[in-house]
Amino acid sequence: MNELLDLSLVDWSRAQFALTAMYHWLFVPLTLGITFILAIMETIYVKTGNPEWKKITKFWMKVFGINFAIGVATGIILEFEFGTNWSNYSWFVGDIFGAPLAIEGIMAFFMESTFIAVMFFGWGKVSKRFHLVSTWLTALGANLSALWILVANGWMQFPVGMQFNPDTARNEMVNFWDVFLSPVATSKFLHTIFSGFELASIFVIGISAWYLLKKREVIFARKSILVAAVFGLISSVFVIGFGHASTQQVAYHQPMKLAAMEGLYEGQNGPGLIAMGVLSTKKTDPEYKQLKDFLFRVEIPKGLSVLAYLNTTQFMPGIKDLLDGNSEHNILSAPEKIARGKMAIQLLKDYKMAKDDGNAEEASTLRAKFMSDDFQKNYFKYFGYGYIKNPTDLIPDIPMVFYSFRIMVMLGTYFVFFFIFTLLWLTRGTLEKKKWFLRLALITMPLAYLASMSGWILAEVGRQPWVIQDLLPTVAAVSQIGVSAVQVTFWLFAFVFTLLLIAEVKIMTKQIKIGPKDGGH
Amino acid sequence: MSHLTLQHYWWAIIALLAALLVFLMFVQGGQTLIYRLGKTSNERTMIVNALGRKWEFTFTTLVTFGGAFFASFPLFYSTSFGGAYWAWMALLFAFIIQAVSYEFRSRPSNFLGKRTFDAFLFANGLLATVLLGVVVGTFFNGANFSVSNMNLSRWENPAHGLEAVLTFSNVALGLAIFFLARVLALLYFMNSIDHEPIFRNAKKQLLYNTIPFLVFFLYFVIRLLFIKGFAYDPKTLEVSMEPYKYLHNFLQMPVVLIIFLVGVVGVLWGIISSLLKDKTNGIWYAGIGTVLTVFALMLVAGYNNTCYYPSNFDLQSSLNIVNSSSSKFTLTVMSYVSLMVPFVLAYIWYAWKAINREKITESEISGEGEGHVY
Ligand code: HDD
Ligand code: HEM
Ligand code: HEM
Repeated sequence: MNELLDLSLVDWSRAQFALTAMYHWLFVPLTLGITFILAIMETIYVKTGNPEWKKITKFWMKVFGINFAIGVATGIILEFEFGTNWSNYSWFVGDIFGAPLAIEGIMAFFMESTFIAVMFFGWGKVSKRFHLVSTWLTALGANLSALWILVANGWMQFPVGMQFNPDTARNEMVNFWDVFLSPVATSKFLHTIFSGFELASIFVIGISAWYLLKKREVIFARKSILVAAVFGLISSVFVIGFGHASTQQVAYHQPMKLAAMEGLYEGQNGPGLIAMGVLSTKKTDPEYKQLKDFLFRVEIPKGLSVLAYLNTTQFMPGIKDLLDGNSEHNILSAPEKIARGKMAIQLLKDYKMAKDDGNAEEASTLRAKFMSDDFQKNYFKYFGYGYIKNPTDLIPDIPMVFYSFRIMVMLGTYFVFFFIFTLLWLTRGTLEKKKWFLRLALITMPLAYLASMSGWILAEVGRQPWVIQDLLPTVAAVSQIGVSAVQVTFWLFAFVFTLLLIAEVKIMTKQIKIGPKDGGH
Repeated sequence: MSHLTLQHYWWAIIALLAALLVFLMFVQGGQTLIYRLGKTSNERTMIVNALGRKWEFTFTTLVTFGGAFFASFPLFYSTSFGGAYWAWMALLFAFIIQAVSYEFRSRPSNFLGKRTFDAFLFANGLLATVLLGVVVGTFFNGANFSVSNMNLSRWENPAHGLEAVLTFSNVALGLAIFFLARVLALLYFMNSIDHEPIFRNAKKQLLYNTIPFLVFFLYFVIRLLFIKGFAYDPKTLEVSMEPYKYLHNFLQMPVVLIIFLVGVVGVLWGIISSLLKDKTNGIWYAGIGTVLTVFALMLVAGYNNTCYYPSNFDLQSSLNIVNSSSSKFTLTVMSYVSLMVPFVLAYIWYAWKAINREKITESEISGEGEGHVY
C-alpha cells in the first residue's frame, strides 16, 4: 500500500491513539455503570417516596455529571483520529467500520445526550415518572454507545461479513448480521459493560467507605453501599463468565495473542494455565529473541485447555508453531503466509495495471483469478502478511500482554470476594467497625481502574502488529503526515488532557468532601 | 434503490446534518457573547445556562455528522482528515476544551478558575465556527491532494490544512458562519431568557453582528455564482472545469434554488422582525432559514454532477458522490438505520419541550430551583 513506511511515524501515531484511548477509558467505564446505579436508586426513591433516596440519587448524579463531561471531550478525538491518523485504514475498511460509528451517533449518543438533559434539568419540571424513565434511558444510551463501538472493535479483531473489492481496493460489507452478531463482538461487549458495572460499584462503595471512615453521612453511605454491593456482586460474576468467553474467542481467532498472554512458546496437548509467573530476561531461543524464560511460574495443569476449550487434551499452538508452522496440525509457517500475502498484493497490482492500460481481457482474467474461491481462501486470507518484513514482527509484546492478563484475572477474582464481604458485613451491621476493610475499599478503587485498563492493553497490544487481524498491519494503516506533526499533537493532547484530568479530580474530590448536602446543584 | 439513488440520498443526509450543525452553532456564537451581554455575574450565569442546556446537542450533531460521513463517503474521510491534518486537529482541540467548560466552570476547586473556562468557551465559539466554515469553503474552492489507483490519498501541500486557512474565500465563509452563529445566539437569548437588560443588550448587538454577516455572506454567494466549478461526466467520471458551474446548478435544480431563497428570506425576516418589533420568535425564522440555506448550498456542492471535494492538484482526483461513496450494500444498511432519525427527532422535541416550558429566570439560576446549574 505505502511504499514509504516510516517506522517512527507509526510509533508516534500508535502512541497518540493509545494515549487518547486510555484517557477516554478513564471515564467511560464509570459512566457505563453509574448510570444504572443511579437508575436503580431513583427507582427506589420513586417506589418508596423516601426523600433520603432522592438525596442519594442526586449526589451520585452530580458525580456522574463531572465524569461525563470529560468522557465526551475525550471521545470525539477518537472518532476523528481514525481519519486524521489512520486514513489508509479508513479507506481500506471504512465501508464496514464507518457504519457502526454512524449508528452509534444516531442511536446512542442522541439518546444519551437528550435524556441526560432531562435528568439534570428536569427535576421538578417533568413528572417523577418521566424523570425516572429518562434516567434509565440515559443508562441505556450510554451502554448502546458501548455496543456499537465494541462491534467495530470486535470486527477489527476478527473480520467477518465482508469481501474485498479489487476495483475499489477496499473491503466491503456483504453481511451486516455477521458483523453485528460476531461472537467476538458479543463476548467483548458483555465482558466490557459488566466490567464497567463492576468498576462503578467499586467506585460507589469506595467513596461511601470514606464517609464511614470520617463518620459522616452514615445512612447515606450505607444505603449507597447496599445498592452498589448487590449490583457489583452480580456484575462480577458476569465479568468472569464473559471473560472466559473472551478467552475462548481469542483462542479460536487470535492464537498468537493467546500464546503471548500465556507465555506458551511450544504447542502442547492440553496446556496448563499459568496462575502466576515472572518472566526473566534470559532468552530461550536464539532465533526468536522475544521469547524470554520464566523465573518461576505456578501452573494449573490442563487449565488453559479447559478455560479455552472445556477439555483437557486440546492441542494449542505455541508461538513457535505459529511462526515455524506445524504440518501435523495444519498450521502454515510465517514465511509461507508472507509469501502468499505478497502474491495477493502482486495480483491486485497486476490487475490494476492491466485495467489502467486498457487491457480489458487481461484485466478480467486477473480479476476472475483474484475472486476465485481458492485464491480468496488460500492467498487473499493472508493479504496483510505481505507487508510483514520479518516473521518475528508477528510476535506482540509478550510481557505487556502476559502481565496485563494476570493482573486482570487476579483482580477479577479478588473483586468477587470484596463484594461478598462488603455485603455480608453491611447486612450484619459491622461494616463501620472494620476500619481496615473500609481502607481496603479505598485502595480497591484504583485497582478497579487498573483491571479495566489492563484488559484493553491485553486486547490492543495483544493484536499487534495487526490493526485488522491478518488483513492490515498497523504500519500500512497510518496517514502519511510528518512525524513531527504527530509528535506535536501527541504532546498537545498529553498536556491538555492531563490539565483537564487534574481539574476533574480536584472538582470531584471537592464535591465528595462537600458531600450529599442539598444545593450546590 | 440503485446505487446512484442511494448516493444522492446519503448526500442529502450529510447536507442536512451539516445544515443542522451550522444552525446549532448558535451555541458557539453565544459563547463569544457571554461578557458582551452579561454585565453582572448573575447575568453571565443565566446566559451560560441558556447555552449549557444545548451545547451537548451541537456536539452530538458534530459527532454524528463525522460518523455519517465516514460511513457513507469514506474516501472523503480518509482524504480530508488525514490530509488537512492541522485544520481538523485545531477544530478538535476547540471542542475538547468546550465539553468540560460548562460542567467545570462554576464548581468549587476547579483548578483553572472560572475565567479560564469562560475563555475556553470563547475560544471554542470563535475557532469552531470559523474553522468549520473554512473546511466547508474547500468544498467549493478545492484542496491539494491526489488519489492513487488504489484509492490511497496523498496531501500535496506541506502545510497540511493550514493552507486552507490562508485562502481568503474560505475564511470569508468562516467569518460569515461566525457572525451568523452570533446572530442566531442573540435571537435565541431574546427568546429564552426572561430578563430585560439582556434582552435590550441583545437587540443592540443583533444589529452590529448582522452587518458583517451580510457582508461576508454576500461576498461568498456572489463569488460562488461567478466561479468555475468542477464538473464530472456521469458516464466516464472524467472531471473538467465548467464556467459558472454553481450558477448552472442553481438554475438546473430550481427546487434547490427555491429552498435557498426561502432560507435566505427566513434568516433575514427573523433578524428584521426582531430588530423592528419587540418580537421574541425571530430564532424560529432565522433558525429554519439557516437550515434551508446551508442545506441548499451543500446540495449545490454535490449534486448535478459536481465534485464536492475538488482537487486543485490533480483534477481527476476530485471527489464526488459517486467515486467516494460506500458500497451499495452499506448504503442500504445505513438507509434502514436512517429511518430511525424521525423517531430520534421526535423524542428530542418532546424532551426539550418538557424542560423548556419555563424561561430561564434569575431565581432559577441563583439556586432556588431544583435543577443543575452551570
Ligand atoms: C474491571 C475490569 C475487568 C475485570 C475484573 C476483568 N476484565 Fe477482562 N477485560 C476488561 C475488563 C475486565 C475490559 C476492559 O472490558 C476488556 C478490554 C477489551 C475488552 O473486550 O474488554 C477486557 C478484555 C479481556 C480479554 C481480551 C479480549 C480480546 O482480546 O479481545 C480477555 C481474554 C479477558 N478480558 C478475560 C478476563 C477474565 C478471564 C477475567 C476473570 C476474572 C477478566 N477478564 C476480568
Ligand atoms: C476508539 C474508539 C472510540 C471512539 C471513536 C469513541 C467515540 C466517542 C465519542 C465521539 C464520544 C462523545 C459522544 C457525545 O457527543 O456524547 C464518546 C463518548 C462515550 N463513549 Fe466512546 N469512543 C470509543 C471508545 C469507547 C469504548 C470502548 C466505550 C465503551 C465500551 C465507549 C463508550 C462511551 C460512552 C459511554 C460515552 C459517553 C461519555 C462518557 O461518559 O464517557 N467509547 N465516545
Ligand atoms: C477505550 C478503550 C480502549 C483503550 C484503553 C485502548 C487502548 C489501546 C492501546 C493501548 C493501543 C496501543 C497498542 C499498541 O500500539 O501497541 C491501542 C491502539 C489502537 N486501538 Fe485501542 N483501545 C480502546 C478501544 C478501542 C476501540 C473501541 C477501537 C476501535 C473501534 C480501538 C482501535 C484501536 C486502533 C485503530 C489502534 C491503533 C493501531 C494500533 O496500534 O493497533 N481501540 N488502543
